[in-house]
Amino acid sequence: MAGRDEIAATLAQFALFADLSMAQLEAVVGQLDETWFAPGTRILRQGLSGSGLYFVLDGTCAVEANGKELARLGRGDFFGEISVLLGGAPVADVVAVSEARCLILPAPSVEKVLTSYPRLMYRMLQVQSRRLHNANKWRS
Amino acid sequence: MAQLNRMFDAERPFPPGDYQVVVVGSGPGGLQLAYALERLGVKHAVLSADDGPGGMFRKWPLYQRLLSWTKPYAASGPGTRRFERSDWNSLVADEPENRSLQAQHMDKTSYFPARSEMEANLRDFAERTSIRVRYGCRWESTARVDDGSPMRFALTTSDGVYRARIALFAVGVAEPWSPNIPGIEFTHHYADVRAPEYYAGKRVFIIGKRNSGFELASGLLPWAKTLTLASPSPAKISVVTKTLVGVRARYVQPFEDNAIGGGCNIMDAAIERVSRTADGLVVALRRTADGEMVQVAADEVINATGFVCPLLDLPGLGVRTFGQNRVPAQTPWWESATVPGIGFAGTITQGAPSLGKYGVPPNSGAVQGHRYNARILARRIATSEFGIAEDHPRVDPGHFAQLLLREASESPELWHQRGYLARAFAISRDTGIRDRGVIPVTAFLDEPGGEGVALTMETDGTGAVFPVLYVRSGGSVTEHKLPDSDIADYAGIEHQKGANSALAPLGISA
Repeated sequence: MAGRDEIAATLAQFALFADLSMAQLEAVVGQLDETWFAPGTRILRQGLSGSGLYFVLDGTCAVEANGKELARLGRGDFFGEISVLLGGAPVADVVAVSEARCLILPAPSVEKVLTSYPRLMYRMLQVQSRRLHNANKWRS
Repeated sequence: MAQLNRMFDAERPFPPGDYQVVVVGSGPGGLQLAYALERLGVKHAVLSADDGPGGMFRKWPLYQRLLSWTKPYAASGPGTRRFERSDWNSLVADEPENRSLQAQHMDKTSYFPARSEMEANLRDFAERTSIRVRYGCRWESTARVDDGSPMRFALTTSDGVYRARIALFAVGVAEPWSPNIPGIEFTHHYADVRAPEYYAGKRVFIIGKRNSGFELASGLLPWAKTLTLASPSPAKISVVTKTLVGVRARYVQPFEDNAIGGGCNIMDAAIERVSRTADGLVVALRRTADGEMVQVAADEVINATGFVCPLLDLPGLGVRTFGQNRVPAQTPWWESATVPGIGFAGTITQGAPSLGKYGVPPNSGAVQGHRYNARILARRIATSEFGIAEDHPRVDPGHFAQLLLREASESPELWHQRGYLARAFAISRDTGIRDRGVIPVTAFLDEPGGEGVALTMETDGTGAVFPVLYVRSGGSVTEHKLPDSDIADYAGIEHQKGANSALAPLGISA
């Protein structure tokens, strides 16, 4: 059973949320919707508008584009940020590989939450920079 | 009760035994599902712990008036499909005379029916459509059957054992849930709230800032000495979100009192503990904004912290649940995602996956949404489990775009279940365009399959409502948003152009 306090306690273990107090975490959890996905189901759909920012609570997900697996995501990872921040449709599918539990921050709430919690935004920037760095490393 | 049951056993339908399908529950979800199964010719038994139809509406809402409306004089008139857009409370029937029943059970002093009027509407539906229910029969436990028979489950009830191939649960999200806070024993739940007079002159503290919290606060404004509502996140208001997410307009008075009157406090703070003192109760809170501790004195503390699904031992059978409401994880068709043969109807169907575009959820938690889910689930069971053939009528390609735009303007299913239910069509060179009826849009998007089209109505949180066409061609699906309309008429020139351009890759145009 995942009450709000239990989810807040889980988020507290994730590097992304490490700087938020418990009261702040509980407030953030109130903005998020929890969803469960069976293995093989699509969580994010390439080309479809209106998606959100997803945080993986449990399970493994695969990022796929045009039938090719690009990356695997697990507990503590997030996805969907590019389409939310740029206002476009996702450029890849994200599919649940195992049973997966995610928290969704709907696109219209993302700016408000990130600007309310600058430390969360800073940590997200760090992750994004690392992803960009790695992508460039592979390319060179 | 057992003795009473035996006395009436002669008149009570569905004695214990083997049934292909067992439905548990006689609220709107159970009644709608039973109705649809009956009309499709799927034999089933309906069991209910209650002694009459209505489910939660036999008791709630607490202050006796709904927050879902029915407009008795809506333009299209009772009995039409379009009328269902303005009628959130009637169950849906094939026969025109059994539709729009809520409108006949309203004194029309408000377009929000009284609780008793909703109960009368549901009872009338059950009587007119001859839905048989074994009342006073409480489901108590569930086991798997593994004896080589087609029966999968054994449901033990207060009347005996029912074995079923398919077990469908429409038991609501009705079990009170309280958070694990030190001192919670000094509080009482929304489900146990007393008559308003009990709170006269008292300091009332409400945990939770969703509809149930604000329903209480609105009802207690004339009675309580002070009112405080608290939860960690800021309250959302439906008028601001322009969706059903947030506190409904009917309950916003406490916000005005908070801003202007000063007799109602609305706080963003986590509740740390409740303790008893000589002067009553004290609630210790940690403010979200700065982490500071605050104490609020109160005479009564009420948890408006929600409800969970009363699924009894189903999780032990492997039915996965999730979220604060402990709703079961479901397929797009409202079957358990983890245990074949178990399905759901009513408010529980809010656990099914949805696109959730722009954060707008389906309306499956309310009658105007889940009544359509039940009809689709019944059709699914009839075709996939009992081989009852589904009719997919042929559509004239010359009128296809016109049909789509008429549905955009008329269809109640797509209107209430935005971005969730879709009118789907299969297209092939051999069989032409076939109407598949209304199905979950995620089922269309994720199925392998040939060419096809699905129409949804959608919203993006700005207040605009617009049709969207999903066109599957050459193995991939493209999304085509058509213009919105100030007058909910989607058959204009711009819409025709949009539809024709979306359908062009399929070689169809009007």
